[in-house]
Amino acid sequence: MKYLTVNNRKIAFDNEKNLLSVIRKAGINLPTFCYHSELSTYGACRLCVVEDDRGRVFASCSEVPRDGMVIYTNTPKLQHHRKMILELLLASHCRECTTCHTNGECQLQKLAQQLGVSYIRFQNTKEQVPIDESSDCIVIDANKCILCGDCVRTCDEIQGMGILNFAYRGSNMRVMPAFNRKMAETACVGCGQCRVACPTGAITIKQNFRQVWEALADPNIRVVAQVAPAVRVAIGDKFGIPKGKNSIGRLAAALRRIGFDEIYDTNFGADLTVIEESKEFVERLTKGEKLPLFTSCCPAWVKFCEEKHPDLVTHISTCRSPQQMFGAIIKEEAREKKEDTRRTMVISIMPCTAKKAEILRPEHFTDGEQNIDYVLTTAEVTRMIKEAGIDLAEMPSEALDMPFGLASGAGAIFGVTGGVTEAVIRNLVGSNRMEDLEAISFTGVRGLHGMKEATIDYQGRKVRIAIVNGLRNADILLKKIESGEVQYDFVEVMACKRGCISGGGQPVPIGPRTKKARFEGMYNIDRAAQMKLSSENPIVQTAYAGILKGKEHKLLHNEK
Amino acid sequence: MSVIKDREALLKLQDKAKEKINAETCRILICAGTGCLAGGSGEIYKKMCELTSGNKDVEVAFGPEIAHKDGTCPGASVAVRKSGCHGFCEMGPLMRIEPMGILYTKVSPDDCEAIYHKTIQNGEVIHRLLFEQDGIEYQKQEEIPFYKKQTRLVLENCGHIDAEHIEEAIAVGGYQAFAKALFTMTPEEIVKEISESNLRGRGGGGFTTGYKWAQVAKQKEKIRYIVCNGDEGDPGAFMDRSIMEGDPHKMIEGMLIAAYAVSAQEGYIYVRAEYPLAISRLRLAIAQAEEKGLLGENILGTDFSFQLHINRGAGAFVCGEGSALTASIEGNRGFPRVKPPRTVEQGLFAKPTVLNNVETYANVPMIIERGAAWYKSIGPENSPGTKAFALTGSVKHTGLIEVPMGTTLREVIFDIGGGIKGDAEFKGVQIGGPSGGCLITPHLDVSLDFDSLKKMGAMIGSGGLVVMDSNTCMVEVARFFMNFTQNESCGKCVPCREGTKRMLEILERIVAGKGKLEDLDLLEELALTITDTALCGLGKSAALPVLSTLRLFKDEYIEHVVDKKCRAHNCTAMKRFIISPELCKGCSKCARNCPVGAISGRIRESFEIDTDKCIKCGACEDACAFHAIHVEG
Repeated sequence: MKYLTVNNRKIAFDNEKNLLSVIRKAGINLPTFCYHSELSTYGACRLCVVEDDRGRVFASCSEVPRDGMVIYTNTPKLQHHRKMILELLLASHCRECTTCHTNGECQLQKLAQQLGVSYIRFQNTKEQVPIDESSDCIVIDANKCILCGDCVRTCDEIQGMGILNFAYRGSNMRVMPAFNRKMAETACVGCGQCRVACPTGAITIKQNFRQVWEALADPNIRVVAQVAPAVRVAIGDKFGIPKGKNSIGRLAAALRRIGFDEIYDTNFGADLTVIEESKEFVERLTKGEKLPLFTSCCPAWVKFCEEKHPDLVTHISTCRSPQQMFGAIIKEEAREKKEDTRRTMVISIMPCTAKKAEILRPEHFTDGEQNIDYVLTTAEVTRMIKEAGIDLAEMPSEALDMPFGLASGAGAIFGVTGGVTEAVIRNLVGSNRMEDLEAISFTGVRGLHGMKEATIDYQGRKVRIAIVNGLRNADILLKKIESGEVQYDFVEVMACKRGCISGGGQPVPIGPRTKKARFEGMYNIDRAAQMKLSSENPIVQTAYAGILKGKEHKLLHNEK
Repeated sequence: MSVIKDREALLKLQDKAKEKINAETCRILICAGTGCLAGGSGEIYKKMCELTSGNKDVEVAFGPEIAHKDGTCPGASVAVRKSGCHGFCEMGPLMRIEPMGILYTKVSPDDCEAIYHKTIQNGEVIHRLLFEQDGIEYQKQEEIPFYKKQTRLVLENCGHIDAEHIEEAIAVGGYQAFAKALFTMTPEEIVKEISESNLRGRGGGGFTTGYKWAQVAKQKEKIRYIVCNGDEGDPGAFMDRSIMEGDPHKMIEGMLIAAYAVSAQEGYIYVRAEYPLAISRLRLAIAQAEEKGLLGENILGTDFSFQLHINRGAGAFVCGEGSALTASIEGNRGFPRVKPPRTVEQGLFAKPTVLNNVETYANVPMIIERGAAWYKSIGPENSPGTKAFALTGSVKHTGLIEVPMGTTLREVIFDIGGGIKGDAEFKGVQIGGPSGGCLITPHLDVSLDFDSLKKMGAMIGSGGLVVMDSNTCMVEVARFFMNFTQNESCGKCVPCREGTKRMLEILERIVAGKGKLEDLDLLEELALTITDTALCGLGKSAALPVLSTLRLFKDEYIEHVVDKKCRAHNCTAMKRFIISPELCKGCSKCARNCPVGAISGRIRESFEIDTDKCIKCGACEDACAFHAIHVEG
């Protein structure tokens, strides 16, 4: 064990990759804007500066800890530097905090308060640029950007897209797409991970809740909500509910009080997806064509494949995503049910920003009608609940509406990487015996790795499965598949690291503890579920016998 | 041209080339450095070629095959050559005539005829073209005080050889040091020799070159790169350019030795795009060295191979910073990155990289040739060798000079530079460009070396020396450099991006006469944060010119802020044009010339200037025939 001294206290360290981690381990939370353990070290915000016993000042994020180092983190010199850096950042930043979407969540605001910046001696002389609202998923306001580069590195290093980058030089530097394009003109998949990384209000979610408020107030509109699996473990974040706790009951209660007419579960849609995708997979496996089968639940992944690997698009399952299957059924039902004169509006509550773009894709229309009218992210619903004066923590736990509020545990784990695969395998194995289920969970499908592999036996045949999360990982895998280096039968891709639980529409900021809690929360729901297999869901069976009869393809699959 | 197969052949070629040069009874070397070219030396070259073309003993191009083209041995021949920079740029275009050693200064194309007929054909000296100082006329270049006080080792061949022909470089011993290293020394011995010489990087930091090489040599990774930093960006500095233009082979030889010493297979020369001549000379030099088998596969018949490429910069000062430079070569945005890992561990393409600047590489061959002990005998122990400086500003003889480290400023400015131009007084010198600091009269006898200057709050930097006299406003100097750094800041780290912008705003305010006393404190506060916390060397040193002028010339800052006065009469905003009533004849010429109607008065009575309306253009002062208008402030 090696030791170094932080503020006169001896701290043991082992193989921490930088001094900052050692200092944080010692309980001192040095502020940073640009340091993220999952991204490369950028070293630009200079807030994590420390001083050594020789008076040398350096950034701790990029320093290797050495045995015997003597470090101070809070000397007057450092306090001056940090305040000055913040003052400089604030001076070139839009300071209309009260009307900012990120008010209260902004890291810059929080730090200014924490460090007690009480005056700014410089005018904001930065040229103000128009806000880019062209994307269906995110909004970019460069005037609020502090150029920490977190979005740039996330888009490149995690997602392999490189849509955002720096343009211009020095104090004119800006983060923007290449060639001065608008976001809508780029290959952006809308995953919203840049928004998750952004410490300020420079990248925000495209907001749709104003339209929803209007619909809720209109007695001639029947507003139906569906709640995606990963929402329930994150919606409590801003209400003091323990991280990762399943708050679906409280959310249902809050949504009812807000005025939603019916509240259903996207997990039901997921159950349908499992059944349809299993069917398709078995069919392709038998015929031996278009393998591997790629999952189709993640719209960011689908767009990514279209943009970067167009030759593999035919491998994507024709199944609609759970939200679309759900929406198609509700809308079909409404079209058939003539006695209700109200217009039906389906609102999806999703952890995802890319879903906002998915609903506008023509193949997700049924009979020329949009299956889903609006997608609200977890973050937007949080705002709505707050705006309505409701404290989610104080809500009673209420049941979802029937019939589409019933779902299996297999549908629930769709919100986490490996979940879709596990649900499909359960369906293929077709057993709900505890030991069979456990055996499946140990095939390698679970866990937070970016790339996982599993092999199962299906009717005497070895089925090779790959599971990736993060689009850069997907890119690596697809290149290997294209080159013939690897062969798989089934590939699950989720664009966001860890899956939907860290989606672009979830409440931020999220630290490692929250990430872990959400992950565990998803499996807890499955553990508590009475039904483990999608096919066990009686509503699914009813649907196939009723509304879906003869229309499975029309409602549950995309026309290709 | 044929490939040189071994060391023996290289020696033979040297002899042959020497013989060839000696056979030329007369060599006309016309400076073709960027400065003289701008002064019209290209035309002079053409003219001389035309004039000499009638002479059958004249040849313009170099090459043994031409020498013997009509089967005659050229007993008496005149050669016209384009040479690299002689350094005495103030006096350009320059022409050196050998073997007489005559240096003609400020030559114009009209002089060519006289030069040819009088000097070349009849050995007559044209006195009006000779350099003159303090009433003494200098015929020989070596006797001119500007040259006499210098020790030209790195620049030894600049101006004396034709930079566009490898044989000329070989004739004066080019590639012999490399051959010595390749055939008689092991890579370890080379690293040891360079380490012992204590050669320090000439790019600014003064890092020990031998240590750098040793670090790269011991890396596990076997793919290694040699990179030459030719992104000389300091305003007013042109040492590296002159080497690249005037003696490119010396630098290439240095890189070859480095490559052999650390077992590198590939190298890059990163040259700023603003140096087109240097780039074309380097391209030519590399092509010729490749043809001769001095670059490429199996060099000089051994199994050592080395490929050398040129990479043009895209115009960013920050790309002179090591990690930004390698990022730029890789095709990425020129951003410096955090260290560790250092360039020696993970430099270009994340491989171990030796990164030195042009002048450093140019020092290497002579160390190998003459030994570390000899090298250490020049200059102080901690900073041995010579250093090239670009001497500019208010000094009589501006140009490129080379002196042993440890020479004093006084010797440089007054002996070599000939003192201050006009009758102004010496005020200070800005050394090290936008990253450096100021030195003033009490520092005149300080030794110019890495360590002494650091103690003074300045740095050698790459070697820019801007001499300032009493007509220079120090606040304006600080503003100028801050403007430069602010423009060149890459924008990555907050202190440099935002801090330099704010410092510039304050300085602009002060020179515009709108500064406040607390601005000076704010300047200092900003400067301290930037210096302590910026990410790269450019940022860390960005505030140095301000800190140094604030320390040495605080009274000037206070005058600007409190009295709204600029003692150097430099800051336009503080100028006040005044008509002296006793001198004014009331002719109204000033009023008629004033573009804004700020002057009024009655004919034959004294006129007056409305200072609020005045835009300080100076048209009235120029117009007044009676010198009745003067400037205050």
